[in-house]
Amino acid sequence: MGLAYKFDWSVLWREPYGEWMLQGIWLTLQLGFLAWIIAFFLGIFVGTMRASPWKLLRLVSTIYVEIFRNVPFLVQLFFWFYAGPMIFGKTLQFKINAISGLNYYAAVVGLGLYTASRVAEHVRAGFASIGQGQYQAALSTGMSQRQMYWHIMIPHALRLILPPLTTEFLTIFKNSSVAMTIGVAETTFMSYKIDSDTFHGLEATTGAMFVYLVLGMAVVKTMSYIEKKFRIHGLVGR
Amino acid sequence: MFDAIINNLSYLLKGFLINLELAICALAGGIFLGILVGLGRISKNVWLYHSVTLYVNFIRNIPLILVIFWFYFIMPILVGKPLNPFISAAISFVVFEATYFGEIFRAGFQSISRDLVSAAYSTGLTYTQTARHILVPIAIRRMLPSMITQSIITFQDTSLAYVIGLQELVRRTTIVDSMEVRSIQLYSFVAALFFVICFVGSRISRYYEMKSREANIL
Repeated sequence: MGLAYKFDWSVLWREPYGEWMLQGIWLTLQLGFLAWIIAFFLGIFVGTMRASPWKLLRLVSTIYVEIFRNVPFLVQLFFWFYAGPMIFGKTLQFKINAISGLNYYAAVVGLGLYTASRVAEHVRAGFASIGQGQYQAALSTGMSQRQMYWHIMIPHALRLILPPLTTEFLTIFKNSSVAMTIGVAETTFMSYKIDSDTFHGLEATTGAMFVYLVLGMAVVKTMSYIEKKFRIHGLVGR
Repeated sequence: MFDAIINNLSYLLKGFLINLELAICALAGGIFLGILVGLGRISKNVWLYHSVTLYVNFIRNIPLILVIFWFYFIMPILVGKPLNPFISAAISFVVFEATYFGEIFRAGFQSISRDLVSAAYSTGLTYTQTARHILVPIAIRRMLPSMITQSIITFQDTSLAYVIGLQELVRRTTIVDSMEVRSIQLYSFVAALFFVICFVGSRISRYYEMKSREANIL
């Protein structure tokens, strides 16, 4: 049994497939960055709630984190895309379903909400590692609770948790590939589409793999620069 | 209210069983290959170390969906005939999860200090006794929480086999939903099923983490 398969790598750049791949990469970048904006700010918010002294805030944020972490992202995405519009009732549902690019928005929001739960856990861990003295020192200088969080705790925690945040930022681009299941034409979707057009899915997916690899390396390089810049002096470096 | 779920309950649960079966295959293969990967990552043999490191870094930078597709495309070429999606998915999961388990094992192996081994020897323990009573129990205790967490992630990931048409829970739900149009209840049901298992798993992981922290070995 020999290899009857004839490789055709030109499906990666030939008309129109090269353009498809580029469009896919562009959409992957969009999904990752937009979802990251949601995940970053919501994650800090929920994570700060997780560390708050008020029981109700802690409960609400814990429920948020547990739900979003313990349900597969694919299921969450399908829920937002298929069931989401139905929540608003019959009349609104049809209006929402008529929005063009609804799957794109569902993917951005879904990916953002999912990643926020993971960011929140890192933020909570960051707060836990700061130590009581810092709270007391901030409060004793006459800062209000809000000032203490905004000027002292959150910046400190963020600098501490930069390495795990890098990992999350990497993961968000990888997870954006799941958006293909609701028809968002990002990189993975495009490589599958090339397969259905040419039956050369192996070459197309191999090419897509290298796209993610290069993207990942770029993220690591950028983040290690940021990590160096925001390092807390006096702590053990990485 | 739950009509769509009740009418299709056995059909849906059979799909969930496929998720469980796939997870078991992925874990069995992934942990076994992961041990080898972990050993390769601490190996003194340069060639072994570099090739295993390349494999780990490559796979960990790629989305699982793409790995699933890749094996789905390459298997028919290698085998000469279209492969059952379950087997194709299982192979891609083993290859993918082994890199994650491998890193857990590497960290576990590396976390044991040489001083501890020297201390064990100095009390007169033999090598086997040291391994049996000191090294293995500590390594397992340290790795157990992350292994359970990774197992939960693997279980959640099995839903992604949806993309190659495997008749698992999510695929079956989309089929039922296209007939019944009861998206809210159907997808909430799927989410609840996954949630219960993963939540219990994460509590067990938390329990072992606390226990090993109490024993002051973390």
